[in-house]
Amino acid sequence: MGKLFNDILGLPAVASEHAQEVDNLIIYLHILMIVLFVGWMAYFAYVLFRFHRSRNPKADYVGVKNHASSYIEGAVAVIEGVLLFGLAIPFWYKASDKFPPKDQSTQVQVVAQQFNWNFRYPGKDGKFGDQDMRFVSSTNTFGIDPNDPKGKDDIELQNLLHVPLVKNPDGQFRPVILYISSKDVVHSFKIIALRMTQDAIPGMRIPIWFRPTEKGRYQINCAQLCGNGHSSMSNGFLIVESQEDYDKWLASKASAASQGSLE
Amino acid sequence: MDSAVAHAHPHSHSEAGHAAHAEGGFWSKYIFSTDHKIIGIQYGITALFFLLFGFCLMILMRWQIAHPGQPVPVIGSLLHAVLGDTAPKGTIPPDLYNSFGAMHGTIMVFLAIVPLAFAAFGNYLVPLQIGAPDMAFPRVNMASYQFYFIGGIIMLVSFIIPNGAAQAGWTSYPPLALVIQTDGQTFWLIGMVCLITSSLLGAVNFIATVIQLRAPGMTWMRLPFFVWAQFVTAFLLLLAFPPLEAAGVLQLMDKVAGTSFFLPTGLSASGFHAVSGGGSPLLWQHLFWFLAHPEVYVLILPAMGIVAEIIANNTRKPIWGYKSLVYAVLSIGFLSFIVWAHHMYLTGMGTYISSFFQITTMIISIPSVIVLTCLFISLWGGAIRFNTPMLFVMAFLPMFGIGGLTGLPLGLAEADLHLHDTYYVIAHFHYIVAPGTIFAIFAGLYYWYPKITGRMMNEFWGKVHFWTSLIFMNLIFQPMFAQGMAGMLRRMADGGANYSAANVKNAIGGLPDKIMGMHRYILMSAVCLGLAQIPFIINFFWSISHGKKVTSDNPWDATTLEWQTPTPPPHGNFAVAPHVYRGPYEYSVPGHTTDFTPQNEPDEVPSRQPAHPDFGPAGSTPAVQPT
Repeated sequence: MGKLFNDILGLPAVASEHAQEVDNLIIYLHILMIVLFVGWMAYFAYVLFRFHRSRNPKADYVGVKNHASSYIEGAVAVIEGVLLFGLAIPFWYKASDKFPPKDQSTQVQVVAQQFNWNFRYPGKDGKFGDQDMRFVSSTNTFGIDPNDPKGKDDIELQNLLHVPLVKNPDGQFRPVILYISSKDVVHSFKIIALRMTQDAIPGMRIPIWFRPTEKGRYQINCAQLCGNGHSSMSNGFLIVESQEDYDKWLASKASAASQGSLE
Repeated sequence: MDSAVAHAHPHSHSEAGHAAHAEGGFWSKYIFSTDHKIIGIQYGITALFFLLFGFCLMILMRWQIAHPGQPVPVIGSLLHAVLGDTAPKGTIPPDLYNSFGAMHGTIMVFLAIVPLAFAAFGNYLVPLQIGAPDMAFPRVNMASYQFYFIGGIIMLVSFIIPNGAAQAGWTSYPPLALVIQTDGQTFWLIGMVCLITSSLLGAVNFIATVIQLRAPGMTWMRLPFFVWAQFVTAFLLLLAFPPLEAAGVLQLMDKVAGTSFFLPTGLSASGFHAVSGGGSPLLWQHLFWFLAHPEVYVLILPAMGIVAEIIANNTRKPIWGYKSLVYAVLSIGFLSFIVWAHHMYLTGMGTYISSFFQITTMIISIPSVIVLTCLFISLWGGAIRFNTPMLFVMAFLPMFGIGGLTGLPLGLAEADLHLHDTYYVIAHFHYIVAPGTIFAIFAGLYYWYPKITGRMMNEFWGKVHFWTSLIFMNLIFQPMFAQGMAGMLRRMADGGANYSAANVKNAIGGLPDKIMGMHRYILMSAVCLGLAQIPFIINFFWSISHGKKVTSDNPWDATTLEWQTPTPPPHGNFAVAPHVYRGPYEYSVPGHTTDFTPQNEPDEVPSRQPAHPDFGPAGSTPAVQPT
C-alpha cells in the first residue's frame, strides 16, 4: 500500500531504514488534506449553485443552525494530535536523541564549503584527532589539532562519501553517523533517497545518523542557498557498497594519506 | 480622548476652516497629506507599482530557470543597459539570479503585499469603518508613508550599484549575507530599517485609532471583522518587528563596522577570518523568523478581513460565527509568536524544542481552520451575488485552503526532512499569498473602488481578469507541488539542471525529465498571468475618468459605515458624525423593508427586531442621542 501511495504522490525511491516512515507520514497527511479539501469543495460547489441569487432571492438571516462544523474541527484536531504524538514526535526522538553506539557505526565528519563537501574518516585507530575551531584555516578545513597523534592517520577526502552496507551482529544494517559542519556559510546536507536533510552551520557540529538499506551511488544536494555556486554544488556523492569494496577503497585512500597526498 | 481628537482634526472647526484645509495646494493635498484616505491611496499606488515590479523580477527568474544561461528575449538588451555587467549580454548569471530572488521576496512581502493589505486598505478603511474623522496621529501617518517610500527607493537603487542588489535571499542568513562581495546587502539592511520604522509608526497609529476613535455605539463586538483583522495585524507588527530592526542593525554593524554578532569562531571565509569569533549564525535565524512568522499572518489577516466584508455584502446575510472569527483571529495573533522555529527544524533541533514548535504549529492550524470554516458556512442560506469582487473572494477560499492544508506536512519536522526547501514550500506559501492574499486585494480594489473614485470599474473586464488570473495562478503553482515532492530544491539559479537525471549519470536522486520539463510550462503560464493583468491595469486607470458613475453613496447596498459617507469621502469623512446602533452585518433582517440595515440607521420601531445571537439586542441605543 505504501508503494502505491508513494507513486501517486510522486515520492522518489527510498534507501534508508527510516525513509518509508517519513513517506508514510507525508502520505497520511495528504490523505487527510485531500479528504478535507474534497469535502469542502463538494459543499462549496453545492452552495454556490443552490444559493445563487436566481435560485434563492431572499437570504436567510440566521443561516446554519447546527454545529456539524465544530465536530469536524474537533476530528481534525484529534487526527493532527494522533499524527503528532503517535508518529512525528517519537520519530524525532529516535532520530535526534537515540544514536547508535559509536563503535558499531561508520563515523564520518562532514564539512561543507563553497561549493564542495569535505569528508573525514577516523583512519585505522578508529578515532578522530582532536579539533578546535581556532585551528580552522584554508588548509585545515576540519580544524585538526596538529599535535594530536590520533589525527595522524585520519583520512580527508572531497566529495566522495563511501559507507559499507553490512549487517551488524544485532542483525541490523550498520548505521552511519555523520557530524555535519561548515567552514564558511550555511549549507544543507541532503540526500533525497535517505529522506535526510541537515543544515551545515559554521561554528556548530551536528550529528545525524541513518541506516542504509540499498547499495548505490546517491546524489548529495545542497539544500540551503550558499552563494553563486549553490546550484552547481552537485559534485558530492554517497556511495553505499559492500564491505569488501569499502575496505579496498578505504585502504587505497589510507595509503595515499600516509604518503601525504590527499585527494 | 475628545480633546485629542479635536486637537488633531481641524474638521470640528468651522466649515470655512475645514474647506480651506481640504483645498490646500497640490503638494499639501496629495504629496504631504495627513489625510488617512490620501495616505491610503499613496500606499496603494506605490505598492501596486512594487507588486508589478516584483512580478517582473519573477518572470525574469522563471526565464532563467526554464532556459538557463540564455539571454532574456525582447528585454535582454534593456537589462544589460540598466544593470551593466551584472547582466552580461542580457543573460542572468547566478549572482543576478540570486539578487532577483532576494529582492522578489523582499519587495513582494515588505513593499507590496503588506503595504497594500495593511497600510493601503487599513489606512483608507479603518477610520471610515469605525466612524472616525481620521487616524489618531495624522502626522505620524504621513511619516509612516515617507519612511516606506524612502525604504523602497533604497531597495530600488541597490539594483544599479556595482555588483547589484542583495543576494542572500529575503531571509539574509549570515554568514552568506556578509561574505557576498556587494554593498547591496548594506542597502538592503538600511532599506529594511526604514521599512520597519514605517510599519511601527503605522502599527501604533492603527492601535490608537481603533481604541480611541470609535464612534459612539461602536462597541468592540460591533466592529467590522476587517477592523478586528487590522487591529490584530497592527499588534503583530508592533511586537514582532522590533527584534528584526535590532537584528538588522547588528548585521549592518557586522557588515560595515567589523563586529561579529553573527560570525562564529573559525570562519574560513574571504575577508572574515580575522574578525569572526564568538558570534552565532543561528541567532540571526531566530531573530529573523521571530518577525517573519508573525509576518505571514500580517500577510493573511487583512485579506481575511476583506473577504469577510465582501462575503457578508454579497450573500446578503450576516457573517456566520462572528464571535468565533474574532476569537480565532485573536488566537492566531497570539500563537503566531510561538511557532517561528518551525522554519528551523533542520538546524539541528533536539526533541524538546522541536516538539514544542510542532505542537504550537498544529494548534495554530485550528483557529485558521475555524476562520475558513466560518467563511464557508456564511455562504449557506445566502442570496449570492456574483460580481467581480465576490468572484475573487470565492476563489480566495479554496486557494487559501490549499495553501493552509499544504502547510501541515511542513509543520511536522519528520515530513520536513523531505520537503524542506523544496518547491513544495514555494507552492505552499504562494498559494497563501498569491491566489490567497492578492486575490483578496483585487477583490477589495474592485469593491471599494466606487467609494474612492465615485465610479465603478468595468464588470466584464473584471471577470476576464478574474478567470484568466485564476487559471494561470493554478497552472503556475500546482506543478510545483509535484516538483517539490520529487525533491527539486528552491533557489537554484539553473532550476535544478545540475541535479537533473539528464546531467547526473549513474546516480540515484537526479530529477526526472518530466519534473524538469514543467519549468517551461510554468514560464508560459507566468507570462500569461502577466498578460492577464493588462485588462486590470487598463480598467483601473480608465475607470477613474470613464467608469460608470455611481448613483448612490452606497452602490453595493452595504451596512458598514464607510458606505454612509459622501463619495468620495471629504477631509474629515462624515457629513454628520455617525452613531452606531447595531452590528456590522445586519443584512436581510426579518421584518425590515430593505435587505440591509446600515450600522448608523436609527431604529424605526426599537426593540421589535429579533436579537441576532452575535450582536445582542438590535437597536440598543447608545447613550448619546442621534442628531
